[in-house]
Amino acid sequence: MLKYQSQAVAKPYFIAAIGLFVAQILFGLIMGLQYVMGDFLFPEIPFNIARMVHTNLLIVWLLFGFMGASYFLVPEESERELHSPKLALALFWIFLVAGALTIVGYLAVPYATLAEITGNDLLPTMGREFLEQPTITKIGIVIVVLGFIYNIGMTILSGRKTVVSVVLLTGLVGLAVFFLFAFYNPTNLVLDKYFWWWVVHLWVEGVWELILGAILAFVLIKVTGVDREIIEKWLYVIIAMTLITGVIGTGHHYYFIGTPEYWLWVGSVFSALEPIPFFMMTLFAFSMVNRRRKDHPNQAAVLWALGTAVTAFLGAGVWGFMHTLAPVNYYTHGTQLTAAHGHLAFYGAYVLIVLTIISYAMPLLRNQGEAAPAKAQNLEKLSFWLMTISMVVITLLLTGAGIMQIMTQRMAEEPMSFMAVQDSLATFYWLRVIAGLVFLVGLFTYIASFFAKDKAAPMATK
Amino acid sequence: MSEPFTKSMARNIFIGGGLFSFLLFVGLTVDTMERLPERDNRQNITPEVALGKKVWEDNNCVGCHTILGEGAYFAPELGNVYQRLGHSTEAIKVMIKSRPVEGVPGRRSMPQFNLTEEELEGIAQFLKWTSEINTNNWPPNIQG
Repeated sequence: MLKYQSQAVAKPYFIAAIGLFVAQILFGLIMGLQYVMGDFLFPEIPFNIARMVHTNLLIVWLLFGFMGASYFLVPEESERELHSPKLALALFWIFLVAGALTIVGYLAVPYATLAEITGNDLLPTMGREFLEQPTITKIGIVIVVLGFIYNIGMTILSGRKTVVSVVLLTGLVGLAVFFLFAFYNPTNLVLDKYFWWWVVHLWVEGVWELILGAILAFVLIKVTGVDREIIEKWLYVIIAMTLITGVIGTGHHYYFIGTPEYWLWVGSVFSALEPIPFFMMTLFAFSMVNRRRKDHPNQAAVLWALGTAVTAFLGAGVWGFMHTLAPVNYYTHGTQLTAAHGHLAFYGAYVLIVLTIISYAMPLLRNQGEAAPAKAQNLEKLSFWLMTISMVVITLLLTGAGIMQIMTQRMAEEPMSFMAVQDSLATFYWLRVIAGLVFLVGLFTYIASFFAKDKAAPMATK
Repeated sequence: MSEPFTKSMARNIFIGGGLFSFLLFVGLTVDTMERLPERDNRQNITPEVALGKKVWEDNNCVGCHTILGEGAYFAPELGNVYQRLGHSTEAIKVMIKSRPVEGVPGRRSMPQFNLTEEELEGIAQFLKWTSEINTNNWPPNIQG
């Protein structure tokens, strides 16, 4: 069923991604409970450890997803086998084992001990948000990513070069280059923060959007049959807007960390335009599906693709815009509103694009033909709605909590203390835990979809 | 059929717009680097402050707290904790030292990190130094 046999290396990457996704959500639920039952699992798993596991697992499983997506789509775009399927498999195991050891390290010993035994004193890079990995793990990530880019790059350069594959490669190279700033950790906190954003912002509001756009374009070409020329033109315009707004849009992180005042203006103006590429992505996805030349049997993949565009626009675009202007951000900076935006943006843009390519590719990788059985697709669609609606509810609850927090802690004449405010938000946090449980049900439904068979099939049960 | 807007025009906007944006961003960064010494309080980075930042990182403090609004939203902002605790590094040290090992029943509690006196002094000096960065008057009030 696969056009190129080497595309099969994508399968373990996708399976690992889904497995780590489950673990990520379990730790999210632990944190959700710790918000309302402060001593839950204390002192065995303090909040900071659970959070680090939650966010690091997210990053790692999305990287697994991006890699799987690349190994799947690049041979097809390049019209040749992958440069080295063996290298791809070797890097898979290295990345999985290194990732697992890092997570075990987080959970098994105190973080300070982990820093000590992994030699953080030699090149201190740990203990910064999202970059908590031991330095040795960071070096491992660089090696894995370089090997991966070499493999993908060799395949693209010696095969047919399409806009999709070249944009994807550009995004991946950007990912590798900006990660190098993770190794720069000056003593001056202001400098540290300034360049920390070169990893974090230039990833998620920069080069990752190129990867997102390329994967979305690939899936839309496949499921709509619309002329590649049209889709590629859209892709160029969208990612052009991404970079034009998003690169200098980094300035919306430079309001209150010690950087000059002009960033209040520069950051506000450019980041206010950041929803544009996401809005265009929504128009793009719907217009391609409306102009489809065929009805692809994998309708679940179409739903994931449309869902990605809409939810990314809501989470990254609308919820980002809500607090991106400096006078607003002065009151919202570092509140639950930030958490609300982070959740829906990451889910909408990056979780959903990985699930989109998995949905499109898995039936082919599993020799099911172009699409999974109807029953499996129905479960997939159900899981999409369960996860997406519960994530929107989580976002709304955190937004409510954030607004309350801003009013009582930041804007009140007699501001309340942080902890008093947190106590007053318990109702929001309890409801968030419930929505989180619904999300977990959705995730299990998603996994169940891989095991569902139609009644006519020989293995069917009653 | 002649197309008013072609793929190669779209590509040129991407390449031109992308490169221009990065160059402008690098230019703004160079300018920022020149202006930072007036604002970032670097003249007061003592060996204690440097040690304090290391202690801050080695114990993953940012996993619960925000500092200048960045980090986790589980525990109070620490960019102005020096002022909040009455301009006292001693109060910061007492706060960190006094955490119960087994936590507080039903409540959020900071872990007991068993820091040495030198590390405690470092973290306190680091937080005092941080509170003296020019942040465009953020946070809005003492509660952070």
